[in-house]
Amino acid sequence: MTARVRGGESWRSLRVGAWLGWQIESNWTDLFLFAVYSVVKPVAGALILVFMYLVVARGGLENPLFPYIFVGNAFYIYVGAVLMGISWVVIDDREHYGMLKYMYAAPLNIYTYLIGRGVAQTAIATVATTITLLFGVGVLGIHIPPGRVDWGLLAGTFVLGLAALAFLGLLLGGATLLTARHNYFIGQGVAGALYLLSGVVFPLDVLPRGLQWVGKGLPVTYWLEALRRAVLGDGGNEALRSLSTGTVVLVLALSTGVLAVASIVFFRWAERVAHRRGLLDMQTMH
Amino acid sequence: MTFLRTVWGRAYPRVVGMQREKSWMLFDVFLPLLQVAAYVYIYRAIGAPPEFTGFVVLGGAMTAYWMNILWNMASQLYWEKETGNLELYIIAPTSRMAILLGMAVGGIFATTIRAVGVLGAGILVFRVPMAPTSVPALIGVFLFTLVALYGLGMLMASLFLLWGRQAWHIANLFQEPVFLVSGFYFPVRALGFLVALGASIVPITLGLDAMRQLLYPQMMEGLRFLPVGVELGALAVLGAVFLFSAHRALRFFENLARREGRLTLRGQ
Repeated sequence: MTARVRGGESWRSLRVGAWLGWQIESNWTDLFLFAVYSVVKPVAGALILVFMYLVVARGGLENPLFPYIFVGNAFYIYVGAVLMGISWVVIDDREHYGMLKYMYAAPLNIYTYLIGRGVAQTAIATVATTITLLFGVGVLGIHIPPGRVDWGLLAGTFVLGLAALAFLGLLLGGATLLTARHNYFIGQGVAGALYLLSGVVFPLDVLPRGLQWVGKGLPVTYWLEALRRAVLGDGGNEALRSLSTGTVVLVLALSTGVLAVASIVFFRWAERVAHRRGLLDMQTMH
Repeated sequence: MTFLRTVWGRAYPRVVGMQREKSWMLFDVFLPLLQVAAYVYIYRAIGAPPEFTGFVVLGGAMTAYWMNILWNMASQLYWEKETGNLELYIIAPTSRMAILLGMAVGGIFATTIRAVGVLGAGILVFRVPMAPTSVPALIGVFLFTLVALYGLGMLMASLFLLWGRQAWHIANLFQEPVFLVSGFYFPVRALGFLVALGASIVPITLGLDAMRQLLYPQMMEGLRFLPVGVELGALAVLGAVFLFSAHRALRFFENLARREGRLTLRGQ
C-alpha cells in the first residue's frame, strides 16, 4: 500500500469517526436540549468550586487563587472529554453496538478512527470550556483582558496538550481492548488522578511532597501551567515558578512525544494480544 | 410470600455480584476518593477550617448513593430493556414494585459498603474531626434519607421506562448539577434559602444538611438550612410521597410503554 493510499485511508477514517461520534453524541434529542445538556454539566461543575470558595471567602473573589481554580477547571473539561471520548469507543463499539470486529475487517485506520470518535467530544468540550470561561469573566468578574492574553502561547500549548490527551486516550483504549470488567474504571481513574495530581484546581504546592513529584511528571501539569501563563499571566504554582515559559512548553512537547510513541507501541501490542485471545468481539454484557 | 421472594431474588445479584469481582470495590472507593481529595486540598489551599474537610468527606461518601440511584435504580429498567431482560420482568408472575424494592435493597447494601469505605478512608487519610452530638439522631437522619432517596429512585425508574438512549444522557445530566444544588461539597445554605428549598426534592439535600448539623453544630450555626427536626419530618414526608408515587407511576408508565410499543424497543 502506498503512502498516499494509507494517508487517504487515515483521513477517511478520521472523518467518518468524527461524523459517527457526533451522531452518537447528539442525535438522541433535539438541538436545544443537546446544547443545554452539553453546557449545564461543566458549568455546574465550575459552580461547585465557586460556591466552595465563596462559602469560605464569604463573598470575596479577589484572591488570585480564584482565577487559578476557575481557569484550571475550565480547561480540565478537555481532559475527561478526550480521554473518555477515545477510550470509551472501544467498549461502545465492542459491547454495545457489537461493531468493533467489523472495524477490523474494514479498510480503515483504527488509530485515526478512534481519534475521530474523540473529535465530537472535543468539540462539545470546546463549547463547554468557552461558555465556562465567558461565565467566569462576565458573571464572576475574573480579570482576563484579551489584550494581555498571549494568544500564540495559548494556541500552541492548547494544540500540544490536546495531542497529549489524544495519545493518552489511545493508550487507555489499548488497555480497554484487553480488559473485560474494568473498562469504566480505567478512564475515570486516570482522569480523576490527573484532576488531583496536575494542579487543576489547587497549586501543586498544597500536595504532600511525594505527590508533588508525581504531578511534576505529568504532561497535563505543564499544559495547564502554560495555559494559565498565557491566559492569566501567571501559572500560580510555586513549584514550577523557576521554569521559564519556554521550558514549560518544551517539557510539554517532549512529554507529548514520549506519550505518542508509548501509546502507539502499547496499542499495537494490545491489538495483537486481543486478536490472539479473541477479545475483539468479547461480550461482557456491559 | 412471592413479594418477599421477588425482593430477595432481585436484591441477590447486587449483593452477590460484589463478591464476583472484588477489585470493583477497590475502584468504587478509590475513584470518589480522588475527587474528595481534590476538594479537600482546595479547602486547604484557601485556608478553610478543618470542619470543611468533614463536609467534603461526608458529601463524597453520599455521592455513592446518588450515583447508585441514577445508574442502578433510575436507569436500571433501561439497561434491562437493552439486554433483553425487561420482557422477562413483565411476564414474571410477581409484583413489579417488589422488583424495584429488590433493586433498592440490593443497591443500599452494595452502596453502603462503598460509602463506608470512602468515609473511612477519608477520615483516616485526612484526619477528619467528627464528634456527633447525637448518634441515634444521626442514624435516624441517615435511614430516613435512604428511604426517601430510594423511593425517589423507584419513581425515577418508572419514568425512565419510557426512554431509550435519553435515559443514559439524563442520568448523566443529573450528576454535577445535583452535586451543586444539593450541597454535596459545601453547606447548601450558601446557595440561598429558595434554591436550597427547591433542591430539597432530592432527599440528600436535607439529609446532608441535617447530618452536618449533628456532626459540626458550631460550624453549621450560621450555615444551616433548616433545624434538624424539620428536616427529619420533611424526609419522612418525602419518603412516603415518593414510594406512593412510584407505585402509581410504575403502573401508568408500564401501560403507556406497552401501548406505545417501547418495552422491547432496543438501541433507540
